[in-house]
Amino acid sequence: MNFLLATIILPIVGALAVAVIPREQTRAIKLVALGSSIITLIGSLLILTKYKFGTSGLQLVESYKWVKAFNVNFAIGIDGLALVLILLTTVLVPIVIIGGWNESENGRWSVKTFYVLLLILEVFMVGVFAATDIFVFYIIFEVMLIPVYFLIGGYGRGDRAAAALKFLLYSLFGGLLMLAAIIGLFVVGLKQNIGSFDLTTLSHLQISHGVQNWLFLGFFIAFAIKAPLFPFHTWLPTAARSATPGTSILVLGVMDKVGTYGMIRFCLNLFPDASKTFAPYIITLALISIIYGAFLAIGQKEITSLIAFTSISHFGFIILGIFAMTSQGLTGATFYMVNHGFSTAALFLVGGWMMERRKSETISDFGGLQRITPVMAWMFFIAGMSTLALPGLSSFVSEFLVLVGTFTRYPLAAIIGTTGIVLAALYVLLLVQRALHGPLQPGNEETPDLNIREKVAIAPVVVALVFLGFYPKPVLHVVTPATNQVMTQVSVSDPTPMAGK
Amino acid sequence: MFTTPTLDYNLLAPILIVLGGALLGVLVEGFWGKAQRANVQLVVALLTIAASLGWIIKIHNAPQSQSAAIDSVSIDQGGLFLQGTILVLSFLALLFFSQNDHFAPQASALPGSDEEATALRSGIQMTEIYPLTLFAISGMLLFPVAHDLVTLFVALEVLSIPLYIITGLARRRRLLSQEAALKYFLLGAYSSAFFLFGAAFIYGYDGSLSLGDLRTAVNTPGTNHIFLLIGILFVSVGLLFKVGAVPFHSWTPDVYQGAPTPVTGFMAACTKVAAFGAMFRIFIIGFGPLQNEWRPVFIAVAILTMVGGAIAVVVQTDIKRALAFSSITHAGFLLTAVIALSKASYTAMLFYLVAYGVATIGAFGIVTLVRDGSGEVNDINRWAGLAKKSPGIATAFAVFLMSFGGIPLTAGFVAKFGLFTAAYATGNTALLVVGVLSSAVALFFYLRIVLIMFFKEPTDDTVTVEQPGALVTAGVLVCFLATIAIGVYPNLLYVLADKMTNLVS
Repeated sequence: MNFLLATIILPIVGALAVAVIPREQTRAIKLVALGSSIITLIGSLLILTKYKFGTSGLQLVESYKWVKAFNVNFAIGIDGLALVLILLTTVLVPIVIIGGWNESENGRWSVKTFYVLLLILEVFMVGVFAATDIFVFYIIFEVMLIPVYFLIGGYGRGDRAAAALKFLLYSLFGGLLMLAAIIGLFVVGLKQNIGSFDLTTLSHLQISHGVQNWLFLGFFIAFAIKAPLFPFHTWLPTAARSATPGTSILVLGVMDKVGTYGMIRFCLNLFPDASKTFAPYIITLALISIIYGAFLAIGQKEITSLIAFTSISHFGFIILGIFAMTSQGLTGATFYMVNHGFSTAALFLVGGWMMERRKSETISDFGGLQRITPVMAWMFFIAGMSTLALPGLSSFVSEFLVLVGTFTRYPLAAIIGTTGIVLAALYVLLLVQRALHGPLQPGNEETPDLNIREKVAIAPVVVALVFLGFYPKPVLHVVTPATNQVMTQVSVSDPTPMAGK
Repeated sequence: MFTTPTLDYNLLAPILIVLGGALLGVLVEGFWGKAQRANVQLVVALLTIAASLGWIIKIHNAPQSQSAAIDSVSIDQGGLFLQGTILVLSFLALLFFSQNDHFAPQASALPGSDEEATALRSGIQMTEIYPLTLFAISGMLLFPVAHDLVTLFVALEVLSIPLYIITGLARRRRLLSQEAALKYFLLGAYSSAFFLFGAAFIYGYDGSLSLGDLRTAVNTPGTNHIFLLIGILFVSVGLLFKVGAVPFHSWTPDVYQGAPTPVTGFMAACTKVAAFGAMFRIFIIGFGPLQNEWRPVFIAVAILTMVGGAIAVVVQTDIKRALAFSSITHAGFLLTAVIALSKASYTAMLFYLVAYGVATIGAFGIVTLVRDGSGEVNDINRWAGLAKKSPGIATAFAVFLMSFGGIPLTAGFVAKFGLFTAAYATGNTALLVVGVLSSAVALFFYLRIVLIMFFKEPTDDTVTVEQPGALVTAGVLVCFLATIAIGVYPNLLYVLADKMTNLVS
């Protein structure tokens, strides 16, 4: 039995099960949705029993004919890169359901619709990392926007409809550029008698340098909007401000990773020459993202938009690591994706609970919570520390790897990137100080601390952050063969370290 | 020397059946009692179309390049596919005609006159729209299989003249409707004149009306092509007018808006199929060898059409006008198939026409259902919160819009993909890029409607969604399911279209 396929199908079954429950029975709906996401998690963990560790190349491959006219196959398969991102997805979905138990209540539509959308989104999120046929990848890449559009527009806060539209338009615009590039790539293949969308087949194409540059840009801009990279980032803060915390976790934690994942999987793999040509420019943009995101984060007054801008800064690091094109950089970037998923989840979970209790998003309204709600405050503190990459937490390892990997090839970029760490300390500590310490703000006296459900939701995230901080080997072990293969495909090798004296 | 013409009735039957049905409709209009007349007309029309479609299925394996009526009509498989598409789409469109309150009770009565008031009061309902529609369909069936310039012109007129009339038959806002009909007629007459003028030049060039002879003449080395080029120019004006390409599009929004909505759906879908089918055939048979001469002009027209339609659609507030501009954008996309002029682009075009036609008829069908006390509500902003009132209808409309926009898992996506791939395969990078960008612009509008329907609070309580009758429900449902099914599993249709692209030469 292919557990990969099962992991894609299980949430569909869950969504159907939720769909047949009468809409009044909200508790049953939530339990079924949770149950289905946990079964999906188990399914995805079972993948590990079949997965051959330490080898590169695609595994658990499966392929079905789909659109014969263009030779499209519904083809799936995973390597280390896809595996860790799929696991990140399946772990985060139950956490989001438990943590955001009540966030479906005040929507425009029923609780039922919320969970159907959420489970459908999970199908697409797992599917997008598993797809090895570019056509299928593109379809999922586009279609997964639709549940998110309705999740933001139907269940969010504030000017949710406008935020949802902005999110969708940005992403669809990027998607259309990618579509043009995919058509271009397909036609290039046709001319060499390779009418295929299979990723491995296409990576052997001979593409002239000029064409490669254009195709690369088509893919890259789509991914840069998704990731998001400066200057394509403006949709993110709006979306994060309006979405429910749970939706934000999935958008920032998982969906945006499709962008950075795509850069490795498609941009580097398919267009190695163009990647090298554009690397210096992209690294510049990544540095701008790091610094600019951090500065804007310092200035934010609301928790949600602050987290959004920290994410922009962090995506800068990930993209820096990818385009440094060293094995530490790539491995670090991949590990960073996982860690960013967890630390964003932690921030949004606790931040969401704080906002739910206080009915406010403004940071300064939360002063003095440390004394009233110690557990919640400590959890927020740990999430913050993970965001600033405190040694001992997993994000430190990945940030360090990215900077080391960058330094061997672009020393100056690494040095500038390091200032991002300093700025991160600034925005996190300011946030912690304003939200948790200082004099008690009126209105906070009665704030209840975390309940059992919330503790259950946050515990695995914190455990993962600490565990992977001290012992990152399990993830790195899975990721390294995949990144080495990318290095071979791009035909770069690590620069020899400068001799120290 | 006069030889008796031989007619292959087997191959001409689909057209003849529709013509016969139309004549029968005329008799019914004259002699059937008024109580049941509308229903009888509808049944006659639907049965006629079904019979004709059945015949096409029967002969769909006919050997290609048949000279069915001497040299005037040649039925090939591409032509049969187009005819089948026209019939299926007309059948769906006619289902929406069943709501009789769209049409003027007595078309001959002047708007606002006493006669009209009397007709309204006494509940008269003329049903000449059914035979007229059947006549238009017969013209549409002939247009893509005509094989000489005169037959083409006759088919063009047979399909156009009934359309001019039924455009003016709207029950409400009759002045607007009649104005639209007059505009359509005048501009249509001009464009027919251009077509005829061009045909005359082509006749002057090779001394024959047949497309086959034209091909021979073009391929003869050392010929001076100047008269042919002038002919191509004028014939193209006539054809581009019919498909609504910029700069010959200005009638489209007015006519789409003024015509009774079921008629708009019929016109938007079926006319495009017939016109693009004919256009592709004329170009590949007759004008193909001179591709390098006319291609730059057509590329310019296609780009203007795509961009112009997409930009204009964004600022519309009337749903029918908006769909009109959206159809202009689609005409631009379809023109890329004519420019590429390859087998792959023909297949893609056939597929695209089906995908576009189904979504168009469904979308206009839904427009007929959203109403207030005085009739249809076409102001987009008044559709706010429609999803709350009737989630099913809003979802279906959203899916049609997604298909127009080319979102994956709808028919429109595969169609667009095939079309752009075929265009780019012949080296038209500009068309690919402009096509994709104008898709993005048009998407903005489609998404805005989705936003209005799903995320805005209902502001206007007078707007309701009419409880649709069985036929109308069936129509919307079939269009909806087809759009999804073709999008998720396009194999069957694509293989069929690919198999049917054998062209006469």
